[in-house]
Amino acid sequence: MDLQHTQSPAVQDYTPELRALLLDYTLQLADTSLILGHRLSEWCGHGPILEQDLAMANIALDLIGETRSLYQYAAELEGKGRSEDDLAYLREAVEYKNPLLVEQPNGDFAHTILRQFLFDGFHFFLLKDLQNSPDQRLAAIAAKAFKEASYHLKWSSEWVIRLGDGTEESKRRLQKAIANLWMFSGELFMMTDTEQQLAQAGIIPDYATLLPQWEAHVAKVFAEATLEVPQNVFMQKGGKTGRHSEHLGYILTELQYLQRAYPGLEW
Amino acid sequence: METIVEKSLEEQFEEKIANEIRIEPKDWMPEQYRKTLVRQISQHAHSEIVGMLPEGNWITRAPSLKRKAILLSKVQDEAGHGLYLYSAAETLGTSRDQMINDLHSGKAKYSSIFNYPTLSWADIGAIGWLVDGAAIMNQVPLCRTSYGPYARAMVRVCKEESFHQRQGFEIMMSLCNGAPAQKQMAQEAFNRWWWPTLMMFGPKDEESPNTEQSMRWKIKRFTNDELRQRFVDMMVPQAEFLGLTVPDKDLKWNEAKNGYDFGDVDWEEFWNVVKGNGPCNKDRINARVKAHEEGAWVREAALAHAQKRAQREAADQAK
Amino acid sequence: MSHQKEWPLWEVFIRSKQGLDHKHVGSLHAADAEMAIQNARDVYTRRMEGVSIWVVESRNIHASNPDESAAFFDPANDKVYRHPTFYEVPAEIKNM
Repeated sequence: MDLQHTQSPAVQDYTPELRALLLDYTLQLADTSLILGHRLSEWCGHGPILEQDLAMANIALDLIGETRSLYQYAAELEGKGRSEDDLAYLREAVEYKNPLLVEQPNGDFAHTILRQFLFDGFHFFLLKDLQNSPDQRLAAIAAKAFKEASYHLKWSSEWVIRLGDGTEESKRRLQKAIANLWMFSGELFMMTDTEQQLAQAGIIPDYATLLPQWEAHVAKVFAEATLEVPQNVFMQKGGKTGRHSEHLGYILTELQYLQRAYPGLEW
Repeated sequence: METIVEKSLEEQFEEKIANEIRIEPKDWMPEQYRKTLVRQISQHAHSEIVGMLPEGNWITRAPSLKRKAILLSKVQDEAGHGLYLYSAAETLGTSRDQMINDLHSGKAKYSSIFNYPTLSWADIGAIGWLVDGAAIMNQVPLCRTSYGPYARAMVRVCKEESFHQRQGFEIMMSLCNGAPAQKQMAQEAFNRWWWPTLMMFGPKDEESPNTEQSMRWKIKRFTNDELRQRFVDMMVPQAEFLGLTVPDKDLKWNEAKNGYDFGDVDWEEFWNVVKGNGPCNKDRINARVKAHEEGAWVREAALAHAQKRAQREAADQAK
Repeated sequence: MSHQKEWPLWEVFIRSKQGLDHKHVGSLHAADAEMAIQNARDVYTRRMEGVSIWVVESRNIHASNPDESAAFFDPANDKVYRHPTFYEVPAEIKNM
């Protein structure tokens, strides 16, 4: 028996139950980075200044790259011969598992920055741990994405500080974004059944360990940005179990248009 | 005295041009040379930026994740190219803000090709293949243009642009080898983009007021008609390879000139699109103005924050 | 707050690999140094062209006058703000 296998079973060695859990989870991660990447890509050509247009496109590209690796892995776990594009383009909104936060509209730049910041913090601390997952594929995908997410978090944190401690207008806009988006931050850390079981199996981190790290980072950045961290906000949830906001349907309508209009063709 | 000095500066300048020595920002240059460059480089930069819009129109609808990533990175490259070019123009003493104002006010022009709409996915293929193909023909000679910063910016642009045309051709190939509906989509896009692409080389030589001086100063290296002919000669075999029909009934191989004869561009349409009467002129400029205006508070906030921070640091150091 | 509206211009220098000099690659606009470095990464290293980035605000660069006919130039104008992109000749022309 080779050492590789004792450390990390190959996909075919997983029990069907574990495989199903991993598939569910990998899809959830993929959906999340796809939808956020899609949202960010809507900025392309419309950013507040050329240099930031490039920055947002870069982040969107990182997220779409991560999406592809995750869907490819999901397709393997599923083992039904579906491709990354089948998974992205031919699933219905209820099958999508992304948290509500990432499907929220871009709004103004403050909304985009805040949405990104809330997500980046979660993404960063999750990937940091996930790099050490005994599942080698997830670990490898996470290791690559972690480098990218480190940059994303730096970028969005600095922008939160600039906008919070910038002009009166930028502060007011950012505060409005916080009022609108904070209620979606909780869902990032609420664990689904799948996540709980995978955490118990030691394959993914327990999100309860991520939350304090995230909170500490948010508190630090908000303090520098002269912003208050909201307290006692009722948190929205549902995206991770397929109950989305009205926005997702429109995203998928656009995203899936050609694949739906011309089924089964190569592009 | 004054005139003698001027003359010798001008002579030195002309000598450098004749000897293929690049002109650099601090070198003396005739005012008209500077003006021509600012006009051409900023026009080129604006074209990159406005050019992001028709292609950006399909980023959210790209038919596969791979295509989405490629298209997004291509449009992002265009932002980068615009930035390189604005930087080159800034070395001539014009600020980017000034150039952007001129674009928004309609004083500055950009390539008319981007005033046409992208109506189907095949347009993304057609733009990459035809429009970027034409752009490359225009741009490669500019890597040797006489003004150093412009030439260097163009080297970067051309290096990065090489993948753009290939991805366009690849999209066209997938469509032409695909289902009949896809082939039809490709032909329809080709029909719409062929003539506007030929217009990209600019008016006929005899109607191009700036060409002669620009050639003399080696800002420009080939005339509009020369480049247009080369383009047709290059593209017709590619269209044949794809199985697409060139929408020009006058197209014919001319053995004697070793090139194609082709029909006349609709110059009335050309001048109208230049004047602002193209199908998308207003949409394009409105989109740019909107992005710029809605970004104003962001730019101000970042500056305000940088100043606050600098003041705090200065105060800390004074302690 | 000052009346300046445009973000300052920065010159970007990139070390393309260990052991080589930083080389001037172009310029960009940024509100502060941190942003300039990040922008430089996004703008000038999209194809992994670098291992290290320097940024210098353009107004802090002073340039020599061109060799030829130095006496003919207005010697006061040595602020490079108007003239940020300089030196070195492209290496890659043959590949296009």
